[in-house]
Amino acid sequence: MSTPTIEVSNVSKSFGGVVANKMVSMKVEPGKITGLIGPNGSGKTTLFNSIVGYHPIDEGSIKFQGKEISKLRVQQIARLGMLRTFQQTRIYSKMNCVENILISVPHRTATFSDMFRKYPAELTDKAEHLLEFVGLYQKRHLISGDLSFGQQKLLEFAMALMNEPTVLLLDEPTAGINPTLINGLIDRLKRANEEFGITLFVIEHNMRVIMNLAEHMYCLAHGEMLANGTPDEIQNDQRVIDAYLGAH
Amino acid sequence: MIKEKYLHAGLLVFGVLAPFLFPNYTVQISLLWIMILFALTWDTLGGQMGYNSLGNIVFFGVGMYISAIVQIGVVYDVALYTSPDGAALTGNFAPAQYYTGLALGILAAAVGCVILAVLFSQVFFGLRGPYFAIGTLGLALAAGELVGAWDYVGGGGGIALPVFPSDPKSQGIFFYYLCLVSALATYVFLRWLYNTRFGLAINAIRDDEEKAEAMGIHTKRHKTAAWCTSAFFLGISGALFGNMTGFIEPLEVAFPTITFGIFMVAMALLGGKGTLWGPILGAIVFHLIKEVTWTYLLGWQWIALGTLIIINVVYFQQGILGWARDKWPDLFGLTVDEAMSSGSEKRGSS
Ligand SMILES: Nc1ncnc2c1ncn2[C@@H]1O[C@H](COP(=O)(O)OP(=O)(O)OP(=O)(O)O)[C@@H](O)[C@H]1O
Ligand SMILES: [Mg+2]
Repeated sequence: MSTPTIEVSNVSKSFGGVVANKMVSMKVEPGKITGLIGPNGSGKTTLFNSIVGYHPIDEGSIKFQGKEISKLRVQQIARLGMLRTFQQTRIYSKMNCVENILISVPHRTATFSDMFRKYPAELTDKAEHLLEFVGLYQKRHLISGDLSFGQQKLLEFAMALMNEPTVLLLDEPTAGINPTLINGLIDRLKRANEEFGITLFVIEHNMRVIMNLAEHMYCLAHGEMLANGTPDEIQNDQRVIDAYLGAH
Repeated sequence: MIKEKYLHAGLLVFGVLAPFLFPNYTVQISLLWIMILFALTWDTLGGQMGYNSLGNIVFFGVGMYISAIVQIGVVYDVALYTSPDGAALTGNFAPAQYYTGLALGILAAAVGCVILAVLFSQVFFGLRGPYFAIGTLGLALAAGELVGAWDYVGGGGGIALPVFPSDPKSQGIFFYYLCLVSALATYVFLRWLYNTRFGLAINAIRDDEEKAEAMGIHTKRHKTAAWCTSAFFLGISGALFGNMTGFIEPLEVAFPTITFGIFMVAMALLGGKGTLWGPILGAIVFHLIKEVTWTYLLGWQWIALGTLIIINVVYFQQGILGWARDKWPDLFGLTVDEAMSSGSEKRGSS
C-alpha cells in the first residue's frame, strides 16, 4: 500500500485533568473518504486539532504523506495541503461570499510580491463556479455573515475547495443542514473526492450520512480508539453499539 | 455607487485652489489634510485589519524628530545645535541647505518609521483585542517621556527647527501643498492596496484571524506590512507638521496622545471604519466641528467633541458611511442576483 496521507501514532492529549485523546493511532489512505465517529466529548475534534497543529500534542507522532508534522504550526500545515473546517463554522463574516472564496486561494507558493497582486479573471470565475457548486451563486454578493447557518457551512466547504487541499478534514459537515439538503451535500462531498481528487476525513454524528460516505471508519470513545473497519463492520461492532448506548 | 470620479475631481480642485480661495485658513486646511492622512492610516489597522492601535501617534512623533535631526545634521552638529549655545543657529540655513535637509529629513522619517514598525510588529502583534490597544497606548505614552529625557534632541525643552528661507506666507503655502500631496498619496496608495489580495487578506484577519491561519494565510507578514504602510505616511506627516510648527517638543507637539492620537480613532469611527471614504468623511466633519467649536464655543470645545464621540459610538457605531450602507444596501452592491448560475460561461475551470 502507498504512504498514508495522514498517519497518527500513539497520540495523547490532555487538558488539565481531562484526557481527551489517549494513545490514538489511525490512518487516512490517499484518495479515500475516511470517517470518524464517537459519542459527544469522545475527543474527535481534539484529534482534528492535534492533526492540524492547533495545539501541541503531549506525545506521539503525526505524519502527513510520510513527513513528521507534529511540531509544525497551523499555517505551515495548511500550506502543505492539509485543511480543516470548523465544527462551529467559521467564515469571514463581514466580507461577501465571492471575497470569502477568493481569499481562500492556496497560499503554498505565495511570495512577498504576490500579496500586492490582483485576482486574475480566472480566479473570479473559479470562485463563482464553486459558489454555484454549493448552491450559493445567487447570494454571492451578500455579506456572508448574513447567510443562514447552513449556508455558511456550505460557504466554508467551498472556501476549502478553493484552497485545493490534498486532504480536507471536515468537522460535522451536515450538522445544522436541513435534512432535505443533506443528500445534496453527500453528493457534493463525493464529487469533491472523486472529481477534485481530495482525500476526505470526516467527523459525523449522522450515521446514515457517514455509512453512505466513508469507505473506512474509526470510532473513538472516552478518548481511546475503540474500533475501526468498514461501515458494516463498525455498525455491527458490539463495542461501538455499547459505547453509543452507554455513553451517558 | 456614488460616482467616485466626481468626488475625486471635487477634492482635487478644492485642494489645489484652497490657499487662494481661503488665504486666511491655509493653516487650518493644511491641518485638515493631515487629519485625513491620520484617519486613513489609522483605519488600515483599526478598520481594515481589526487591530485598534492607540499608539499610531508614535510614528508621527518619531517622524518629526528624525526629520529634525536629519535637517539639522546635514549642516551642524546636532548636540551643539540643541545646546544653549546653538540658539543662534536656527536661522543660519541657506536655501539650498534648507531644502536638501528637508527632502532628506522627510525621506528618513518615512524609512525610519517603517523600520520601527517592523520592530513593533514583532512585539505587539502577539497581543489581541484590548491588549493590543492598551499595549500600543503604553507605547505612545512612553515614547513622549523617553524623548523628553534625551538631551541630544533637546529633551523636554524641545528643538527649534531650521527657519524657512523666505517669508511666513510662502512657508504656509509651501507646506500646504506638501500636506495636500501626502494626504492624496496616502489615499491613492491605500485605494490601490485595498484592491489587491492584500486588502482581502487583512479583512480576513479582521473577521477571523484563527480561520485565516487555518487557511494558511501568512498573517504575520500581512500584519507587519499593514503597520509599515501606516508608519510610512505618518512619519511623513510628522516631518511636515514639525516644520510647519517651527518648534517641536515631546509631549504637546510630537506625541500628543490624547489629542491627535485619539482624534485618529474618533475620525475613522465617525466616518465609518473599514471603508476607504469613511475616514476621509469623518476627518472632514470632525475637523470642521473642531475648528468651529474652537472659535465659537471656546471653553466648551472639549465637551462638544466629547459629546460628538459619545453620540457616534452609542448611536452610530457603523459611522456615517456604515449607516448609509445599511439604509441603501443596493447603492453598495449588496444584492441577490436573479441569475441562477454563471450560465453560458465556459465550464470546467473548477
Ligand atoms: N481547549 C480545551 N480545554 C479544555 N478541555 C477541552 C478543550 N477541548 C476539548 N476539551 C475536552 O476534551 C474532551 C473531548 O472534546 P472534543 O471536543 O474533542 O469532543 P468531540 O468528540 O469533538 O465532541 P462533540 O461530538 O460534542 O463535538 C471533552 O471532555 C472536552 O471538554
Ligand atoms: Mg467535536
